[in-house]
Amino acid sequence: MSGTVTSGPMASGAVTATNDFVVKFANVNGSGSASANQLFAKSILRMGIPIASRNIFPSNIQGLPTWFEVRVSGAGHLGRRGGVDLMVAMNPQTWDRDIAEIDPGGYLLYDSTRPMPNSRFREDINVIGIPLTQMCNAAYTEARQRQLLKNIMYVGALSALLQIEPAVIETLLSEQYKGKEKLAKPNHDAFMMGREWALANLQCPIGLTLERADKVGERIYVDGNSAAGLGAVYGGATVCAWYPITPSTSLAEGFERYARRFRTDAETGKKRYAIVQAEDELASIGMVIGAAWNGARAFTATSGPGISLMQEFVGLSYFAEIPSVIFDVQRAGPSTGMPTRTQQSDVLAAAYASHGDTKHIVLFPEDPHECFTFGADAFDLADRLQQPVFVLLDLDIGMNDWLCEPFDWDDARQMDRGKVMTEAELESGKTFGRYLDVDGDGIPYRTYPGTHPSKGAFFTRGTSRDRFAKYTEVGAAYVDNMQRLLKKFETAKSLVPRPVERPASQPTRTGVLYYGSSSAAMKEALAALEAEGIHLDAMRIRAFPFHDDVMEFIARHDKVFIVEQNRDAQLRTLVMNEGGIAPARLVPVLHYDGTPITARFIHAAIAEKLPSLNVLPFAGAAAE
Amino acid sequence: MSFLPKPKLHHPKLPVNALGYTRRDYEGAISTLCAGCGHDSISAAIIQACFELDIEPHRVAKMSGIGCSSKTPDYFLGASHGFNSVHGRMPSVLTGANLANRDLIYLGVSGDGDSASIGFGQFAHSIRRAVNMTYIVENNGVYGLTKGQFSATSDKGSKAKKGVVNTDEAIDLIGIALQLGATYVGRSFSGDKDQLVPLIKGALRHNGPAFIDCISPCVAFNNHEGSTKSYDFVREHNEAMNFLDVILGREAITTEYAPGEVRDVVQHDGSVLRLRKLHDEYDPTDRVGAMHHLHERKAAGEIVTGLLYIDPDPQDLHENLATVATPLNRLDDAALVPGRKALEKLNASLR
Repeated sequence: MSGTVTSGPMASGAVTATNDFVVKFANVNGSGSASANQLFAKSILRMGIPIASRNIFPSNIQGLPTWFEVRVSGAGHLGRRGGVDLMVAMNPQTWDRDIAEIDPGGYLLYDSTRPMPNSRFREDINVIGIPLTQMCNAAYTEARQRQLLKNIMYVGALSALLQIEPAVIETLLSEQYKGKEKLAKPNHDAFMMGREWALANLQCPIGLTLERADKVGERIYVDGNSAAGLGAVYGGATVCAWYPITPSTSLAEGFERYARRFRTDAETGKKRYAIVQAEDELASIGMVIGAAWNGARAFTATSGPGISLMQEFVGLSYFAEIPSVIFDVQRAGPSTGMPTRTQQSDVLAAAYASHGDTKHIVLFPEDPHECFTFGADAFDLADRLQQPVFVLLDLDIGMNDWLCEPFDWDDARQMDRGKVMTEAELESGKTFGRYLDVDGDGIPYRTYPGTHPSKGAFFTRGTSRDRFAKYTEVGAAYVDNMQRLLKKFETAKSLVPRPVERPASQPTRTGVLYYGSSSAAMKEALAALEAEGIHLDAMRIRAFPFHDDVMEFIARHDKVFIVEQNRDAQLRTLVMNEGGIAPARLVPVLHYDGTPITARFIHAAIAEKLPSLNVLPFAGAAAE
Repeated sequence: MSFLPKPKLHHPKLPVNALGYTRRDYEGAISTLCAGCGHDSISAAIIQACFELDIEPHRVAKMSGIGCSSKTPDYFLGASHGFNSVHGRMPSVLTGANLANRDLIYLGVSGDGDSASIGFGQFAHSIRRAVNMTYIVENNGVYGLTKGQFSATSDKGSKAKKGVVNTDEAIDLIGIALQLGATYVGRSFSGDKDQLVPLIKGALRHNGPAFIDCISPCVAFNNHEGSTKSYDFVREHNEAMNFLDVILGREAITTEYAPGEVRDVVQHDGSVLRLRKLHDEYDPTDRVGAMHHLHERKAAGEIVTGLLYIDPDPQDLHENLATVATPLNRLDDAALVPGRKALEKLNASLR
């Protein structure tokens, strides 16, 4: 059967869409598919059509299944939609579940070199067979080439089937292989081979088509970990101590890459930064605290298990009032396996990290653009507030390339080093009490070691000290200090990023709170709900402690959904606890299977729950 | 411990060092340790060493973990910043502090529980990472604050106060430090100030990871018959390899020695470590030889002390990381923030 085109009942049910569909590639990890899939994704972007791409990968170097999903959305929806319109099934291991995932009327592209029994297909999808292996074996003799170029070949076929402009691919290939022309030619040839075969043998285009648009604008396509690493460079971080852990590793590597580029002394080759790969997460955070105590801006990057290991030190950072910045790229669960999947499940672990009474600053970036800005802001906040600041990314934002607003920087901006008493101030006789609340905002002054020969030195401890850092175990002194820390946390509310509100187009008594990587899918879900007449005021939370706006928002609504990617509704717990909100008013919408949340999921969950909540429509309520 | 506040007045004729400071200027708060604690003698030795080296007290950062030994930084160098961190984690905090400002002197004080048990990993990694520091373990073989449990440096066969015999093998931190590349390694005894003070001085002037294991008897829980960390036992089994004088460049060398009696090692900063040899065959610049000798003498039941190993020209963490000469904590916006232009270029590469 090889070489023939298998075709399902390409009937009236076939999906037709322009610039609005989902393509999913099912591949084998380590087969070189990533760069071909990236080429596909980027070519659509270059045609001016927004896309969202997501890698779903195993904890493995080679052999296990991996998927790459491309959401094409002329309307600009960047979350996962849910469902698949075109499956490029290149992995026999996952064939059955890949076939099952295709929306009715959708398409399947597969390697038809070996015949497949009819029972392995579905009646309600359109099947496109291309003898990729056969073509590769005929064209190449080397095994690795046969494997790698097969991927480029299906991109060639897709260019014909979906109407990708070949010139765009040409440009991308020549950019990618600039200076490596030897590699450019075989890639180009494989691309053309796939394309020409499809044009000659298949009905092109299929129902899914791409049409050049102008919807991308100035936006950039970048992963959140790189963006956060760049943010740390712009935030003035000079010390990075970290321990490798998926999915945060590329954040430290991003910092290294940008710091090397921007912070290497042109004359001496010396570095204006230090990166230490520590022996574990405990040492990582210890180094961060030591460096920050001594006046450098320092951070670590980790994931959930690292947060668990850092608990004791995080408490020290809080009680001893030492700035620390912790990027937590959240993942699912301990040990191996699910850790290559995404979740928002460290919210409580970060907010209340450590023993004793502690609360910390937590920032929730929605995309790589905010990873950059929050990444830089975190250092100002940590210095200003002298306490730990967590930046909570997740695998979805951290490790996937996202289309987002370009990075921006105000050259007039200066680092806010917070309240640091200088040698001159000490010399002039200014009173220094390390834990003395001089300004009434709960934030004391600190000194860096080595500042003055006889003034301003103090002994740093966790607790057991008075306002002048003298040792004491007197209960009243402890309480005094703990109350000041609460006051400081209150001050923090006005310094952290404010929530972003998106009012419904009509008055409503129902609201929804969401945060982090759920944002893109949430926007799409809101649009879909509105089209059905379901109106929701929406608020995106960007930081803990919660701004007063959050509590006011809840007060204005009878019911408030909270959309999260964890099992236990962790942000909801935090909102209830900090705001004294009755649990029944906050309705959890939870997605936690390790894949990024989809617009369809949120849409369905809210639409399903709404009738049972007994929320009166606004007009009816007004008539009461 | 004493409950009296420490008087600030001192005798007008107290000797002053080159900076005009008296020994009292290097003291700290009054100790809260037990009377007779070996740790207080080590604090006194640190005070003496800093006074004699004319160190500006505020140029020292004192770091410690948790335990009796880790409390001591409060009791010396009152004009220095100190950091009593968390149990077993002093080495990482010190490493971070050192990364932030390479110009200060870092003095880490720890105990055998802090460094050989809970913090064994951090101890090892800070040494192998070549952090420029003086790392002193006040080693009493016992947990004091929690009242008398064996620590990981307790010798096998050593007896606890209540008669229990330790069945676990002891960790010899000197052996580990040598193996992991400490470039200044010494062992001493809190009861031997003449040996200890020069050893600390040499370490403070050393430009790399300097490690001192100082046996420091615990008078409350480990100073009895059957203990191998008691005053009596250590005095009896102490086998000094050499005797050290630290000579700073400006000091005239007056004492004369017979040929072969002394060995001078010039450190990177110009200070001279003059070793009066007590064992002819011992070469403190031979790392492998030092490890061998240590194990051999240990098997013979001796506690080898003195300056056991010295690499006079070490390379530290900052050199390995190729950091700039200016301390990182002094770099300003212009040195750190690439600015808008760089970002625009970067944006263009991400489309």
